[in-house]
Amino acid sequence: MGTIFHLDIVSAEESIYSGPVEFLVAPAQMGELGIYPRHTPLLTRIKSGMVRIKAQLKEEELVYVSGGMLEVQPDVVTILADTAIRSHDLDEAKAIEAKRAAEEAMKDKASQLDYAKAQAELMEAVSQLAAIEKLRKRRH
Amino acid sequence: MSGSREIRNKIRSVKNTQKITRAMEMVAASKMRKAQDRMKKARPYGEKIRNVAAHMSKANTEYRHPFLIERDTVKRVGIIVVTSDKGLCGGLNTNVLRRALAEMKQWQSEGEELEVCCIGNKGLGFMSRLKANVISQVVSLGDTPDMERLIGAVKVVLDGYTEDRFDRVYIFYNRFVNTMKQEPVMEKLLPLSDEKMQSEAESSSKVTWDYIYEPEAKPVIDDIMVRYVEALIYQAVTENMASEQSARMVAMKAASDNAGNVIDELTLVYNKSRQAAITKELSEIVGGAAAV
Repeated sequence: MGTIFHLDIVSAEESIYSGPVEFLVAPAQMGELGIYPRHTPLLTRIKSGMVRIKAQLKEEELVYVSGGMLEVQPDVVTILADTAIRSHDLDEAKAIEAKRAAEEAMKDKASQLDYAKAQAELMEAVSQLAAIEKLRKRRH
Repeated sequence: MSGSREIRNKIRSVKNTQKITRAMEMVAASKMRKAQDRMKKARPYGEKIRNVAAHMSKANTEYRHPFLIERDTVKRVGIIVVTSDKGLCGGLNTNVLRRALAEMKQWQSEGEELEVCCIGNKGLGFMSRLKANVISQVVSLGDTPDMERLIGAVKVVLDGYTEDRFDRVYIFYNRFVNTMKQEPVMEKLLPLSDEKMQSEAESSSKVTWDYIYEPEAKPVIDDIMVRYVEALIYQAVTENMASEQSARMVAMKAASDNAGNVIDELTLVYNKSRQAAITKELSEIVGGAAAV
């Protein structure tokens, strides 16, 4: 303890790095941030860029992250990397697109939910499945 | 002999069907392995962000994110339904939709209004036939659940929550238990339940963290909360995809087996009719010879 801390870099799609390191440089929103063990707790956004990692008895390693969040605790550092390129406007545009697509699909919608019909449909599917299952069992 | 030719044609057509189902079975098997892999790879992110969110919910007292606040002022529920895009996967979608339908009916009878976000084609088709109020959708995700594609649809729901249009958000999907078993589940997404995060926080440490926020507390907390919820949804989608592939594999295996049985039976019938024809011909010849 004292000379190393644990680093995890994870993205929603995979774990990018996990292990003990001596020193770390990350591209934080307010500028590059160097972190040694026993850093004060910190939470910040990071920009896209290179994270420089120095592990014990190893060459410096470079890992690219496309932005995300950085959590620092005295002996654990976590980088939550984004998999998508994010910005407020971009997210907004995507939301509008998803909404529009839904409205398109729902153009001919009436006001009342037709539960009875849907229920009947589902029950039919379920009974079909049950029948198939029974048929299969009888065969064997 | 026309009867036996018909049987022969039938056998051939069943054999062709069997080839297709067997191919689909094998495709599903290899896709399933990849989907399970992705599901496992997504887990560390979920765990880490839960830790961070849990620490944060303990640390900061002056700003509480709306996702954490319980409320029941609005009588409206947001629902996210995760289904597959394609069929031929047994009762997978039917089960999850039936579960959703039962809950929706319940809410409706309690006078709650419902808004639905559909991830996956099957759910969308079902919900539009139901004439439910679909506010956003993502379809044809393919085999890889792209975070990028999910963001938009999810944001509509999250915005709905922050703008006080919903007081609760639920998600329906198929949880992957193992290759043979998938179960439809309903999970409460918002407001984030404290216990879920608290248990995690306590097991990791009892210290309250006094974070420095850069540049400011609010935007950082907002970002993390949104990402946390997105990670939960992303995990649900990866689980549903693994479930889909394994359900499809099982369904296709059953179909191939059934086709095999049908072929056996038809072959038996075919041989019998062939034998009968030969016997008949023989007895005719013998009968004819005796008459002469």
